[in-house]
Formats: sequence, C-alpha cells, structure tokens
Amino acid sequence: MNGVPLVWYLGLGLFMFTCGAVGVVIRRNPVTVFMCIELMLNAVNLTFLAFARYMPTPLPGVAAQPQNWVSGQAVVVFVMAVAAAEVAVGLGIIMAIYRLRNEVDVDDMSMLRG
Amino acid sequence: MVYDFLANLRDNNPLLLGLIRVLLIIVPILTLVPGLIWYERRLLSWMQDRVGPNRVATITLKNGKKIKLFGLLQPIADGVKLFFKEDITPKAIDRLIYFFAPALALFPAFALGGTMPWGPSEGFYGLLTPIANVDIGVLYVLAISSLGVYGIVLAGYASNNKYSLLGGLRSSAQLISYELAMGVAVASIVLATGSLKLTEIVRAQEGPLFGAITGLQNWFILTPYGFVAAVVFLICMVAESNRAPFDLPEAENEIIAGYHTEYSSMKFAVFFMGEYAAMFIFSGIFATLFLGGYNMLPINWLALGDYSSALKGVGEFMHSVNYWGAPIWFIGKCVFGITVYIWARATLPRLRYDQLMSLGWKSLLPTAVANFVVVAIWILAVRLHGFWIGVAAAALSYGMMYFLFKSFLGTVDKDKKVLEKRSVELVDGVVPEPVAAS
Amino acid sequence: MSLVPSIPPTTEQALFLGMAGLAAAASLGVVAIKSPIRAALCLVLNFFVLAFIYFSLGAQLLGITQIIVYAGAIMVLFLFVIMLLNLSAESETRKKFDFKIPLAALVGLGVFGIVGSQVLLPLQAINQPLSANDWGKPQALGYSLFTVYAWPIEAVSILLLVGIVGSIVLAKRKV
Repeated sequence: MNGVPLVWYLGLGLFMFTCGAVGVVIRRNPVTVFMCIELMLNAVNLTFLAFARYMPTPLPGVAAQPQNWVSGQAVVVFVMAVAAAEVAVGLGIIMAIYRLRNEVDVDDMSMLRG
Repeated sequence: MVYDFLANLRDNNPLLLGLIRVLLIIVPILTLVPGLIWYERRLLSWMQDRVGPNRVATITLKNGKKIKLFGLLQPIADGVKLFFKEDITPKAIDRLIYFFAPALALFPAFALGGTMPWGPSEGFYGLLTPIANVDIGVLYVLAISSLGVYGIVLAGYASNNKYSLLGGLRSSAQLISYELAMGVAVASIVLATGSLKLTEIVRAQEGPLFGAITGLQNWFILTPYGFVAAVVFLICMVAESNRAPFDLPEAENEIIAGYHTEYSSMKFAVFFMGEYAAMFIFSGIFATLFLGGYNMLPINWLALGDYSSALKGVGEFMHSVNYWGAPIWFIGKCVFGITVYIWARATLPRLRYDQLMSLGWKSLLPTAVANFVVVAIWILAVRLHGFWIGVAAAALSYGMMYFLFKSFLGTVDKDKKVLEKRSVELVDGVVPEPVAAS
Repeated sequence: MSLVPSIPPTTEQALFLGMAGLAAAASLGVVAIKSPIRAALCLVLNFFVLAFIYFSLGAQLLGITQIIVYAGAIMVLFLFVIMLLNLSAESETRKKFDFKIPLAALVGLGVFGIVGSQVLLPLQAINQPLSANDWGKPQALGYSLFTVYAWPIEAVSILLLVGIVGSIVLAKRKV
C-alpha cells in the first residue's frame, strides 16, 4: 500500500523553514520576527518526526526494542519546551523595550544604544 | 437487531458509525441546552426566594381552567426574542475576526465531548461511545479547553471597544491560570489510574475501594487524594466556563458585559449557548473522572454474591440495570454538576480580579501540586510495602504538606497592612434618634 | 519517482496534500500579512494543521502536546502581547521600495532549491514507515523520557524554571 512518501513531509518542513527565515529578514516588528522564529522551530519539529517515523535508528547501548526508538520524539519534546521558555523571556524583553521607547522597529534598533 | 446493524457498520463503514456517535453527543446537547436554561432560571429563582418564569407554557382551556406547565417553554420564548432582536453591528470592527469569534467560542464546547464515554465500552454501548477512544484521552480534554481562550480574546479584540478588550484579556488571563491547576488535578487522577484513556479511568473506578474493600467501588471522589483533586477540579471547572463567582469578565454590572458587549441577537445567543454546552460537558467530564462515570452507585453489585448467596440474584439484576441505564445515570450526574454550578452562582459573591488570580496561582496550584506529590508517594509506598504502610506514608506526607503550606503562606502575606477600625464622626454632632414604631 | 502523487492519490496522500497545502498557505500568510493579529492567527492555523499532520504520522502524544503548548499557550501569549502593545498594520512603516523583500525571497528560493536537491532527491524511494505502530503512543515516549532521557528532562525543567523567574523579573515595573 502506497502511503505518503518521506520527501513530502520533508518538503513541507523545508518550505516552512524557508518562509520563517525569509520572514525574519523581511519583517520589522519584533513580535512578528518572533513568530517567524517559531515557524522555523516547528518546521524542524516536523522534520525530526518525519525522520523518526520513516528511518528510525536505535540508540547505542540500549536494547533494540521499538519503545527505545523514540529519539526523534524526545528531541521534539525538548524543542517545544525550549521554544516555550524562549517565547516567554523574549516577549518580556520586547515589552520592556516598548515601555522604554514607545515604539518597536527592528531596523531602527540596530545599535546597542540605550 | 440494532446491535447487528451497528456491528456491521463498525466492520464495513466505520465513518458512518463515527458520524452516528458524533450525532449522539451533539443532538442531546443541543436539545438539552434549552432545558438547562429553564432549569437555571427556575432553580436560581427558588434559591433567591422568588418563583421564576412560570407563565409561558400555561394552556388555558375553554372553560377557563388553566394547565400550568411551569414555564417550560420559556427558553423557546427567549430564543424567539433573541432571533427577532435588532442585529447591531458596529462600524469600526475587524470584520473577519468579529464574525468568526462566536464560532470559535462554540467549537470547544462541543468538541470536548469527543473522548467522553457516556456508557460502558463493551457490548451494545461499546459501539456507540466514546466517539474516539484515543490513547491520549484526558490530554484531548485539556487541549480543547485551552482552545476556549481564543473565542473570548478575539471577541474582545474585534469589538474595538476598550472595555471589551479589557474584559477579553482579563478573561483569558483567568482561563490560562485555572487551566494549570486543572491539568495538575487531572494528572493526579491519571497517576492513580495508570492510563490516559477516559474509559480506563472509569474502569479503574469500578475496582474495589482503596484496592482493598471489595463491596464498594473506587470512585475517586471517595478517596482522599481524589477528593482534594475533585475540589480543585470543580473550582477550576467553574472558572473555565466563566461562571459565577468567576464571571468578572462578562458581568453586566462590572464591565458592561465585557467581551460580548458589542454582540447582539444571534451572535450573543451563540456565546450563551456555548457557555451552557461547556457547563454541561465539563460536568460530564467531572463525572467521568471523579464520580465513576456511567455507574449508578458506588457499590459493586456482582460482589454482593460473595456476602450471601441470597443476594446473588439481586446483584446480577442490579448489575444489568447499571449497564442498560448507563446514559440515564450519566445524565443524572451531569445534572448534579449543573446544580452545583447554579448553587455556586446563587450563593457566592463575585470574586474581584486580583482575588481571582491569587486564588488560582497561590492557593489552587500549590494544592494541586502537593496532592500530586502525595499520590505519587502513596502509590510508591503501596507498591513497595503494602497497603497499610502506604496509608501511613500518605498521612505523613499530607501532614508535611499542610505544615509546609502554613509556614510558606505565613511569609508571603506578612506585610499586608490591616485596616484599622475607624469611628465615624458626624459633622454637627447630632445623633439621630431611633424612629419609634408607629 | 515519488515526488508527485499517484493518480488518483490514495486517501492518505490526498489528506496529507490537503493539510500540507493549508499549512503552506498559512506560513506564507505569517510572512506576508501586514497586520500582526492576522499573522498571529495564521500561525495558530499553521500550528493546528501541523498537529493534525503529527497525528497522521502516528505521533499522538506530540500532536496533542503541540495543541496544548503551541496553539493553546504560546500563541495566546503572542496575542496578549500584540493586544497590550496595540500593534496595528501601520506600525510597520515601510520605505517605498525596500530592496530586502525581493532579495530575501530570491535567497529563500535559492535555499529551498539547493537543500531540496541535495537532501530530498536522494530520499525519494522511502515510502513505508519503518517504526513500530505504537511508536507515538504515550507509553513509548513516556517510558523513554523517564529512563533514557531522564537527565535532559531534568535540565529542561531547570531551564523552564529559569524562564519563569526571568520573565517575572522582566515584567516587574520596579526591581
């Protein structure tokens, strides 16, 4: 039975990653730049999961049972946790900057000036 | 006959069977929501020492006699009124989000019933419920309830009204704060059961009480850790559906009805309906997690035969009554949950926003986490050393948590100033005389 | 050549193509839409559809975690910040002709082409998933997270604690 090929998942992940990277360069609002970073992280999650499903590899030193072939999923768990912490702190920084300057524009804040 | 038809569907056309299951959840909720509205208005009125709407369904016969039907058609009158109201749409709104927000508020209310079993999962009812017995049952409920924030925050934003925006933001802050304590309370139940599936949780509640007493069922609300988790879940449930005493974001005399100020007629009816459907399904989830789901009473009917052989026939008869009447018992427990909702609304005053936040973060979340730790200690001790050592370890850890709480809370609110009693002084010093009863 | 679907596509392929098209359109919407609120809503749609794609891969626990964490918490935080800062479409002032936009689009296309040709083309033949069928269930992932990956999970929990403390410190008005 012909299921979905691996390259389709990878192609979607690559497309999302490219959109996110282009968005980080183009957009001028820090919050929107953050959203594009989240898009990139999600593309990476999708790629990890697709590889973990289609080409699983056992961990060295662990018994070769299917329940030990979840390295891809474990990485996705860590990426989700790190992304959540990063969003919380990053948006706090953005709000602190906004409180100070009353406007946010990434292109204007290029120098480390106070 | 019906069973064969359904079994045939399960083998050949599972999509149609799934559709039947979905209809069996959605159609009863849609028909019960008017009944809930009537029930709330009547019960609230009785608790407030007044009668409530009782005029609408009165049939006047030709000879002048009236048949009173207790105002049962009042919700239909409400619906007709809402339908014919003038549909005012403000001009400066964000049109796409404004029209989409009520649908976003209604969707989680119905989608929550996806993994909820309203009957046993063997035999006839096993083909009809739950809609999808996925491995992640309880997490599905938590995910859908966390999606309920969007309808509110987008409705508040799209109305282009600063009080709506404020109400929407406050409501979403309240919702995400109480989601946490709810999740941890559910996590302690999952720890006690060992599975995330809701059908497994109900089946674990059919075992012997505390694992030892075989006559009674192990409904989690009868166990100490389950009782604490049930209290936390109940409070969080009331806060998640934005109901009194947590209805600051939508109360009329606080913030001009908050996030649904600018919604009139049918769009407001959609918010209203979503709130009642959410109340009903949350009560159903409370019943599934803590009250033993679709079982009638916390008695193990089949074990009655172990006590005396005369009761064996009674036990088997009651067991089949328990099986075939499962939807009735389940709806009864949902109605009990709704009664608790209405009772809380009638009795408790509204919480102020900072009191609400402090309750969610400083009281409920630590309680839920402490309960979780105690459940873990209990299960570990029971597995290693047996039942009674487990009880002793649980009692010891409850005591430790209590003392930890007391000492911690003592340091947090230490510098709160107490308002001193002030005496009122009149301007001209004339004390009014008591009026004599004439 | 598995880069194109078989005609007619099987049910799984058709479902995946529909979801992938929606996700791709939503990610284009995040980049292209000027109003931050609508871009955030496009991102919510993207995360939701991505959760369904994870379910189709068999990763149930991660799919529902995607909805709880990303769509239910992180995006709500984004919407909060956008509404509190009152960001609107006009807050992104643009020069008349910003040379960055076509240049970035070109570079993006170039990256897509290069990586696609080097990574995707050799992997075309892989059609069948090789992992076990209960690979994505909570039991499998939970077991490995508590035994094999116990140390990284503890490190991540310390990271989350640092994140909580850091965001509270940043949000206070007076330190």
